[in-house]
Amino acid sequence: MIDTKDLWWLLRAARPEVVRLLGAAVLGSAALGCAIGLVATAAWLVSRAAEQPPVLALAIACVRVFGVGRGVLRYCERLVSHDAAFRVMARTRVAVYEDLERAAPAGLGRLRGGDLLARVVSDVDAVQDLLVRSLLPVAVALITGGASVLLIGVLLPAAGVVVLIGLLVAGLVAPAAVLAAAGRADRSLAPARGALSETVVELLNGVADLTAHRATGRWLDRLDRQDRELTALAQRAATGTGIAAAVSTAALGLTMLGELLVGIPAVQSGRISGVVLAVLVLTPLAAFELTAPLPLAAQHLSRGMRAVGRLRALADLPRPATPGGHLPVPFGSLSLEVRGLTARWPGAAAPALHDLDLTLTPGRRIAVVGESGAGKSTLVTALLGFLAPESGQIRLVGSGGFGVDLADLEDGARRQAIAACTQDAHLFDSTIRHNLLLARPDATESELAEALQKARMWRWVGRLPSRLDTPVGERGVRLSGGERQRLALARALLADPAVLLLDEPTAHVDEATADALMRDLLVATQGRTTLLVTHRLAGLGVVDEIIVLAGGRVIQRGAPTELIHTDGPYRRMWLRSAAKDNVRADAPTMQISSALLTRHSPLATPEL
Amino acid sequence: MRPFDPRLLRHARAGRAHLGTTVGIGIAQAGLVLAQAALLATMISAAFLDDRGLAALAGPLGLLVLVVAARAGLAFATEWAAQRTSAAVKKELRQLLLHHVVRLGPRWLSGERSGELATLASRGVDALDGYFARYLPQLVLAGLIPLAVAGTLLAADQTSALVVILTVPLIPAFMVLVGVVSRRRMDRQWTTLQALAHHFLDILSGLGTLKAFGRSRAQVTMIRKLADQQRRASLSTLRLAFLSSFVLELLATLSVAMVAVGVGLRLVDGQLDLRTALLVLIVAPEAYLPLRQAAAHYHASVEGLAAAGQVFDVLEQDAAGVGQGTTDRRRSDHAGGPAADPRSALIRLDDVTVLGSDRAHPLLDRLSLEFTPGQVTGLVAPSGAGKSTVLGLLLGFVTPDSGRVLVNGHDLADLDLDAWRARVGWLPQDPVLFAGTVADNIRLRHPQVDDSTVAAIARAAAVDVPLTLELGERGYGVSAGQRRRIALARALLSDAPLLLLDEPTEGVDPETEAALLATFPRLLVGRTVVLVTHRPGLLRLCQHVVRLDHVGVAA
Repeated sequence: MIDTKDLWWLLRAARPEVVRLLGAAVLGSAALGCAIGLVATAAWLVSRAAEQPPVLALAIACVRVFGVGRGVLRYCERLVSHDAAFRVMARTRVAVYEDLERAAPAGLGRLRGGDLLARVVSDVDAVQDLLVRSLLPVAVALITGGASVLLIGVLLPAAGVVVLIGLLVAGLVAPAAVLAAAGRADRSLAPARGALSETVVELLNGVADLTAHRATGRWLDRLDRQDRELTALAQRAATGTGIAAAVSTAALGLTMLGELLVGIPAVQSGRISGVVLAVLVLTPLAAFELTAPLPLAAQHLSRGMRAVGRLRALADLPRPATPGGHLPVPFGSLSLEVRGLTARWPGAAAPALHDLDLTLTPGRRIAVVGESGAGKSTLVTALLGFLAPESGQIRLVGSGGFGVDLADLEDGARRQAIAACTQDAHLFDSTIRHNLLLARPDATESELAEALQKARMWRWVGRLPSRLDTPVGERGVRLSGGERQRLALARALLADPAVLLLDEPTAHVDEATADALMRDLLVATQGRTTLLVTHRLAGLGVVDEIIVLAGGRVIQRGAPTELIHTDGPYRRMWLRSAAKDNVRADAPTMQISSALLTRHSPLATPEL
Repeated sequence: MRPFDPRLLRHARAGRAHLGTTVGIGIAQAGLVLAQAALLATMISAAFLDDRGLAALAGPLGLLVLVVAARAGLAFATEWAAQRTSAAVKKELRQLLLHHVVRLGPRWLSGERSGELATLASRGVDALDGYFARYLPQLVLAGLIPLAVAGTLLAADQTSALVVILTVPLIPAFMVLVGVVSRRRMDRQWTTLQALAHHFLDILSGLGTLKAFGRSRAQVTMIRKLADQQRRASLSTLRLAFLSSFVLELLATLSVAMVAVGVGLRLVDGQLDLRTALLVLIVAPEAYLPLRQAAAHYHASVEGLAAAGQVFDVLEQDAAGVGQGTTDRRRSDHAGGPAADPRSALIRLDDVTVLGSDRAHPLLDRLSLEFTPGQVTGLVAPSGAGKSTVLGLLLGFVTPDSGRVLVNGHDLADLDLDAWRARVGWLPQDPVLFAGTVADNIRLRHPQVDDSTVAAIARAAAVDVPLTLELGERGYGVSAGQRRRIALARALLSDAPLLLLDEPTEGVDPETEAALLATFPRLLVGRTVVLVTHRPGLLRLCQHVVRLDHVGVAA
């Protein structure tokens, strides 16, 4: 059930904290040992007292020490174990981050979705539960269980065997029953629960539509049906956990019975003194406490090991990025030269980009257009060094004609040379200022202002009460779509790279905002070496060259005016989008002819 | 957090019955615990002091087997009943919640609330498992068993009884005290922890951006620092949180030790016999066991109780002032005014003001409008000027904060809203489709309508996807434009005399728009239509055009 590789991974992660973890196990065992010792010595004390001996001081002292020890030791154990678990978790976080960082962004694949990343975070938390709630109780159970069996076995071997059997039944059968019940429930309940929550979401999302069309009743009926089904399944699963509870209870009772059955004849035959009988029978009362956390530990174990498996797999994510070299950026103003670039995403059957050539000399702007899936984002990813070319070259050429391959550039120099505003540019849950400073940590106030000004955002920021220190919210949720894109643009401008890449800067905004954004963007990038990737054609007349991509290949390229006047893919795309724009463009300036105006004049409200 | 929310019993009938069962089982458990202790004490004492063998003790041994079997059976019953009840209560609460939410209506349920409620109705309610299946049974036992133990001890050995009677109440008292002292601090720490965890996720989500600016390696130290901060914050919280269990365990074991020593000493003095001493020794720890169990499951229960509390808060939301519910009440007062036929009825907004959710600035400010029966009224307005609010008023989703919506002179609020809506067709600005075929979505209102009628109306609405196409959850699988046309077909199918159409040609290419414009006059004839649009083609179909400027003032 448990992959040994996962176990190794966990042990490796926990190794630096081995002293603390062992300490916790010892403390935990000692705490439980106190509880068992308390009952055992108390039983002995009482039995021995019945013989009315002169002194009992030692036994009394033992009982008192055990009485205090349990609480104190347990408290220490919990602190030590949690400290160790947090330390392991800190290391795991760093390790996970490093794995993801090496793969990001091109190698992350499906992980890029927020839900899966959130699962990574909770998987790291599950490692903590695995240590504290699963492995530790198991270790404590083994140590104290062994000690109890030994103690009773020394007094009367047969009694030791009885306790051993009882503990094994309670410690293995009951957790197995719980685990089996939970597994069965997960398999049958999960689909039912999924169907139910789907209906709930539909109902809540569409409540206006359903109410207006008088269909809420049908949805509520469906919900009732699904809920009934789910409830029936859950109630069936109750049998499993019930059996587990019964097994634990019965194991303890029968163990005590067994102790009587072997102990009473032993007393009669004189093999043990009568004083010991109470110890044999009553010790299990405390010893069986060690099995109580085991069913839960089993559940945490299976859940935690699944999490470990997923975390371990992160190390095997593809690392498609161009490895960094050692060369600095060439001297002087830089040109970008791309020759025969072919690039393929990790695991893809075919390259997403074939044999692309491109020369971007200082101050020029090139637009790359095409439908989605044409290879535009692949180009940007490759230019950023996140996806190593399968063949071909990406070079930065200085004014002296000296060129350096992107792969040979030192990592920091690469960022200095090429920076991007990508369509999935992330805004961190912090202030406007912090999000900007990411691009250049040492930027001055006036540089921040200038970047915002170029992105046409400065006036908007100026109206905010906290200005640059305004928080943007999670993923920039407190800003509108247009503001988010402008902030990302300002950030890219602040980085002030030799070559600026803009990847679909108008993604995720409405049409009117997109138009305004595009206009401002083309002004802001005037005279800047820029590669603009977009599917919007409006306003592209001002760039120096347009490259049309389809299916990862260049199907047309040239100056904007030239392309518009040639019958070809670009002209066809342009006409299509212009037709759509016309329908829209007349909206703001629409005139309602007087003939259409109200014959019946609506009652105007006098304004107060 | 209270250990028990009385509203749980008021709202969840299954919970009420369960509490009875649990108490019954608890009483039986307590009896069996005492019986088991008495049998063990008797047998040990008889074997030790009176030298009895197995044969002589066959009777008590047989009884012990029965007691063990009964305890195992009760353990099964407790667990089984608790799980079943928990499932039943969850179902009951979920149903109550969703029925009530539907009654509160779409306006109450806007925006993020629907997401929160969806989580509450699924995962939130599921958290009640921890409460019903684990915590509550132990809480009941914690109330019963100490009483039974104290009773037994009083009869057997008053001194020991005194120790138990004094310490057992101390445990909850101390726990509450520790809880009160540490509550605020723990809340604050909890917030810090949440923030730190969120920060880690934020960094992971922004990895691509960090890498693009060459800042991703630098984050490793940051993450290490954050994790360290989190460790220290957590530990200082836990040092307090573990205090309560420390007090519990210390008191429990210390008092057992005190009882044992006391009994031993009295035994030496001859004040007590061995059987009684053993009975006391076995019974005393049982008084603390359920308390410890309840404390162990306390945290699991808190989450469930919090979720239940949220459900009750929603259930206690008075429907009044929300719109729909007011009308429900009035409807019963007025025994349901007859719904006027909108085809002939004059519909009028009379000096209507609707306030925004912040209750400060108005969405509509003293607006008066008239919709002539059987004619098409165009509504033109910049975004945010309250067009959707006007449609919401006509649907009865929105109630005016002042003024009235009049249908043939009757206040809409006095009419039977459900019957009224039967006569209103609606294409919302952002229509929602549901899992199922396109045809099913079109006949949402009239599931019994035959395929040929659906096909005809789909053709008229320029739906260009196969009607048998199976849509995914929330209508996944068609574009926004197609979604709109399917919703248009849905609105038109109802044959409702009053049609409310919000931008019916949005997101549609020019040819399709032309086709729609050609069919509209035929479809709209004879109906009262409110058409929200800014397209010249559609406005040409209108007999009247009303412009709203900002804040819903007719211009």
